[in-house]
Amino acid sequence: MTPSELAAGVMSGDRRILARALSIVERGGGAAEGFLDALWPRPGTARRIGVTGPPGAGKSSLVNVLVREARLRGLSVAVLAIDPSSPFSGGALLGDRVRMVEHALDAGVFIRSQASRLALGGLAETTYDMVEVLDAGGFDLVIVETVGVGQSELEIVRLADMTAIVLAPAMGDMVQAMKSGIVEIGDIVVVNKGDLPGAAQFRDEIVAAFGMTVEAGGVSRVDSVVLVSAATGDGVPALLERIRSTSPEVVELRRRGSALRRLDMAVASALAGLRQCEEATRLLHDFAPKVQAGRLPIRVAVRDIVVAALRSRPEGGLR
Amino acid sequence: MTRKIRVLVAKPGLDGHDRGAKVVAAALRDAGMEVIYTGLHQTPEMVVAAALQEDVDAIGLSVHSGAHLTLFRKVLGLMRDKGLNDVLLTGGGIIPQKDRDALSAEGVGRLFGPGTPLKDLAEYITTEVANRRPLV
Repeated sequence: MTPSELAAGVMSGDRRILARALSIVERGGGAAEGFLDALWPRPGTARRIGVTGPPGAGKSSLVNVLVREARLRGLSVAVLAIDPSSPFSGGALLGDRVRMVEHALDAGVFIRSQASRLALGGLAETTYDMVEVLDAGGFDLVIVETVGVGQSELEIVRLADMTAIVLAPAMGDMVQAMKSGIVEIGDIVVVNKGDLPGAAQFRDEIVAAFGMTVEAGGVSRVDSVVLVSAATGDGVPALLERIRSTSPEVVELRRRGSALRRLDMAVASALAGLRQCEEATRLLHDFAPKVQAGRLPIRVAVRDIVVAALRSRPEGGLR
Repeated sequence: MTRKIRVLVAKPGLDGHDRGAKVVAAALRDAGMEVIYTGLHQTPEMVVAAALQEDVDAIGLSVHSGAHLTLFRKVLGLMRDKGLNDVLLTGGGIIPQKDRDALSAEGVGRLFGPGTPLKDLAEYITTEVANRRPLV
C-alpha cells in the first residue's frame, strides 16, 4: 500500500488500515515519514484528552467509564494507553485493555496499547505522531492514558488539549500531593475511588492545598478538583462535561504549545540522526587525539563535524 | 534493527484459570516482546477485535475448559473474516494430542501443554512470525 493509499484508508475510517498505520508510525523511519507526509495537513478534529497519575490510582478504570459516558452521548472515542517497557528485556506487558473490555465490540471505540520503549516523560517517543493518526481516523475524542507517573513526568500536558490528573485516597499523605509537579500540571484533579472512606476528605485537603499555593503567589493551571468513582460511575458525567467544556481559546493555546514541543523534539531527533552518520563518527575519532594533544580546539572540531555531517546528508538524518 | 513482536495473550471462554496465561505473558515480555494482555472471559469476537486494533503479529489463547476445538476454530474463522491472514494463532492448555493435530491441520499453529519450557514459546513465536510478517 502506498503512503497516500494508507492515508486515504485511515481517513475513510478503515480500522484495519488505521491499526497498520499506527504500527508503521510506531516503528519510525522512512515509511513512517512518507505516511505522515501523506497525511499532512492534519485532517482530524478530535479533542485530545490526557489522563495521568500514579500507578494504581485508577487511570484505566476512569478511562473506561469516560468512554462509556462519551458513548452514551454518541461520541466516538480512540484510546491510546501507554505502559512501561522493561529496561532489561525491552519487552512490555500492556494491560490497560483489561479494564476496558466492555468496549471491545463497540465499533465507535478503538483502543490501542503502546509500550513506552524507555522514553521518559510518561509517553513513548512516537506518541505525538500516533495521536495525529488517531485524530485522522475521525474520532470525536482521543484519550491518551500515560504510564503511571511519579512527580516529574509531565510530557502529557504538552500533548493534550486538557489533562486530568487522577489521584486516589490512601496513597500517601497530603505532603506527597503538595509536592511540586504532578498535581499542579493538570487542568483537573480527579480524586478517584470516591466510594472509599476518606475520599471526600482527601478531596477537601487537595482543594485546601491549592488554596495555599495560590495565596502564596504560586502558579497552577488546575481549576477544578472533582470527586468521582470509576467503580460506581458517580461524578463521571460531570467530569466528561468539564472536559468537553474546555474553551476553544485554551485548546488553541495548548495546540500552539504542543506544536512547538513537537517541532522541538523533531529537530532534536534530526540532529541526533545527523550525529549518527559515518562521516561524523570518522571525524570524531580523527579529532579526539588532536584535541587531546592541544592541537585542535574543541569548538573548531565541533563546527567541522557538524558541517561535515550536514554535507553528507545521511540516511535517517535530514531528508 | 528488528522490530518488536506484538502478541495478544487472551483467555477465551468461561474457565477462570489465568495463572498460565499470566506466566506466559510475563515470559514473552522477558523475551523482549510487547504483550497485550486482555484478561479473562473473552469471547472469540472480543479476541479478534482486540487483535485487529492492536495489529498484533500473534494471538496466544489459553484454554483449560475443554472447549478448545470450538474456541480455536471460532477465533480462526473470525481472523479470516477480518483479513488477519498473516497473524499466527497459537496457544496452550490441557489439549489432547489428537485435537492439536486436528486444529493444526485447519491452520492453527502449534499448541503447547503443561511443562513446556517458556523459552520454547518465545522461539516458536519468533520463528513463525518471521515467516509471516517481515521482522526487519
